Amino acid sequence: MLKIKDLHASVDDKEILRGINLEVKAGEVHAIMGPNGSGKSTLASVIAGNERFEVTQGSIELSGEDLEEVSPEERAHKGVFLSFQYPVEIPGVSVTNFMKTAINESRKAKGLEDMPAKDMLKLIREKSELLEIDRKFLSRSLNEGFSGGEKKRNEIFQMAMLEPKVAILDETDSGLDIDALRIVASGVNKLKSKDNAVILITHYQRLLEYIVPDFVHVLHNGKIVKSGGKELALELEEKGYDWLKQETAV
Amino acid sequence: MAFENNVDVEHPVHDVRMAAIKNFEEKGFPSKKEEAWKYTSLNSLQKIDFSIFPKEQNALEYKDVKPYFIHEIDTYKIVFVDGIYSSYLSETTHDGVDICLMSAALTKPMYKQVIDVYFNKIASKDESLTTLNTAFSREGAYIYIPKNKMPKKPIEILHFSTGNEASLLLQPRNLIVVEENAEVQIIERHQSLTSNDTLTNAVTEIFAAKSAIVDFYKIQNDAATASLIDNTYVDQKDKSVVNVHTFSFGGKLTRNNLNFYQNGEYIDSTMNGVTILGEKQHVDHYTLVHHMQPNCESHQDYKGIYGDSSTGVFNGKIIVDKIAQKTNAFQKNNNILISDKASINSKPQLEIFADDVKCSHGCTIGQLDEDALFYLQSRGIPKKEARALLMYAFANNVLSTVRIPELKARINKLIAEKLGVNLGFDL
Repeated sequence: MLKIKDLHASVDDKEILRGINLEVKAGEVHAIMGPNGSGKSTLASVIAGNERFEVTQGSIELSGEDLEEVSPEERAHKGVFLSFQYPVEIPGVSVTNFMKTAINESRKAKGLEDMPAKDMLKLIREKSELLEIDRKFLSRSLNEGFSGGEKKRNEIFQMAMLEPKVAILDETDSGLDIDALRIVASGVNKLKSKDNAVILITHYQRLLEYIVPDFVHVLHNGKIVKSGGKELALELEEKGYDWLKQETAV
Repeated sequence: MAFENNVDVEHPVHDVRMAAIKNFEEKGFPSKKEEAWKYTSLNSLQKIDFSIFPKEQNALEYKDVKPYFIHEIDTYKIVFVDGIYSSYLSETTHDGVDICLMSAALTKPMYKQVIDVYFNKIASKDESLTTLNTAFSREGAYIYIPKNKMPKKPIEILHFSTGNEASLLLQPRNLIVVEENAEVQIIERHQSLTSNDTLTNAVTEIFAAKSAIVDFYKIQNDAATASLIDNTYVDQKDKSVVNVHTFSFGGKLTRNNLNFYQNGEYIDSTMNGVTILGEKQHVDHYTLVHHMQPNCESHQDYKGIYGDSSTGVFNGKIIVDKIAQKTNAFQKNNNILISDKASINSKPQLEIFADDVKCSHGCTIGQLDEDALFYLQSRGIPKKEARALLMYAFANNVLSTVRIPELKARINKLIAEKLGVNLGFDL
């Protein structure tokens, strides 16, 4: 589904990704772990098409299509979703209206009519129940005055509404207490299917107790230095990341 | 510019007018040499040969001008076409309150008492354009709300110019007196329906007595050939609340001279503005709050979005007299430039003579946040719409204080139009 080949990316002439190779198939959950500054968030941003980063080499393919010339909004229409580490506040635009705009823009791109208001409300109700989101919450301005946990839950609610093929969750577990983490993880698990894929970007093993990955990759200095099964996450938890520095120094 | 010699010597305010003419003759039009007009030049306007008194009255059909009214709600209407009252388009009242014409108020004995106390009392006798209006104005809105009263519905004051006259100089003069514990909501709009040049030099005096509440909304979305110099003077007594919102979305040159004088204690004054300009439009917001008594507040929040070659000015002057202890005066002016050719000059002027006060001012000039733009795009919202949403969000807190929902919806629609987007929902 998602094929990343020898991906190099830089910002302000500083190379951050130095040759990433990763293949994510439908139905799989991949976890990308690594110390601060290893390039995890950059990888997430580059997959979603953030123009702040320049791809200098390599390619990203979604279902066989090269994404090089594809804008962030078109990537979204094609099924890429990024749950942000720091979602942006949009005063004056309610969660509901924001989702309406996002969904209808995506439908427009596919040559479809706007979703009828009744269907939209039904969809919003279903998905908000999935994430145990209160109705009042939906009429609040997007992310404005939301707690860290509310912002993250709202990101996953948006993911549920948009039903992406590939969802990248960037540090979705940071700032969540254990109850919120459980709700968010259970939401993601319910949305997971054989037709979509999830990439979890995280520092800690904690999230992976709730959303069990098929593969774990360790990112260091802009490269995947180790891949393995879910046991690798436990090993990392135990040993930390210091061994990486020694191993790569050798 | 030629002024026809058309002064009525028998008029009750003849002496006031003569003094005003004298002042204007001495001073003339303000020039860029004056500090207050540093960033706004009237030179190009002075080259136009304006006609000051229209020779004929033009008729307008309601259907032609309906979009300019807040027609979703019932309102009182005072409508002028080329400076002349249109009884056909208006709906005035004398039912417990007076919502009618300045020409009537200035000449009929029953209004003499109010005119003697209030007319030309807070308007500057020194500022040249105000005195030009005082000298030659013939018409405008007269609103008198007695103690404890509130009109049944909001009041719209609309000025249309039709352009049968080649170039028209309009000088409306409004007097609004809101007595103790009374309340009023007013929406004002100047609209040119012609491609001929028009210049409006308006003066509005607002008197808010003890515990009175006044909401005044100015909608400025005029044609590319229409210029406006608005001179609004507000006098407030104890515990009164006056909010003036200025929405500047169009016009060739707009200058808003907005002056608040706090003549009492526990007064609240709010000046909010949203400016969204493009092309070569120019807006100059020149505000003054004079805190003359203790325990009062003033709040200013002006948001500006400037595109193309548009230019903006914000000059906010706050004076706190020595006696005015415990004053809270806040001023914010935030701007986004969305074009390399657009510019804004923002200048706070604080003159504080009291020592126990809270005054703050902040001004920012920036571009749209690229990270925020990426966030919206990553949700499938195209760049143009994403930019519009961010601009709307930027201006939003100013809109949240609009207390007439239908007006707010209208402003939102104007903003969406101005930003050139259809977001698929009513903002």
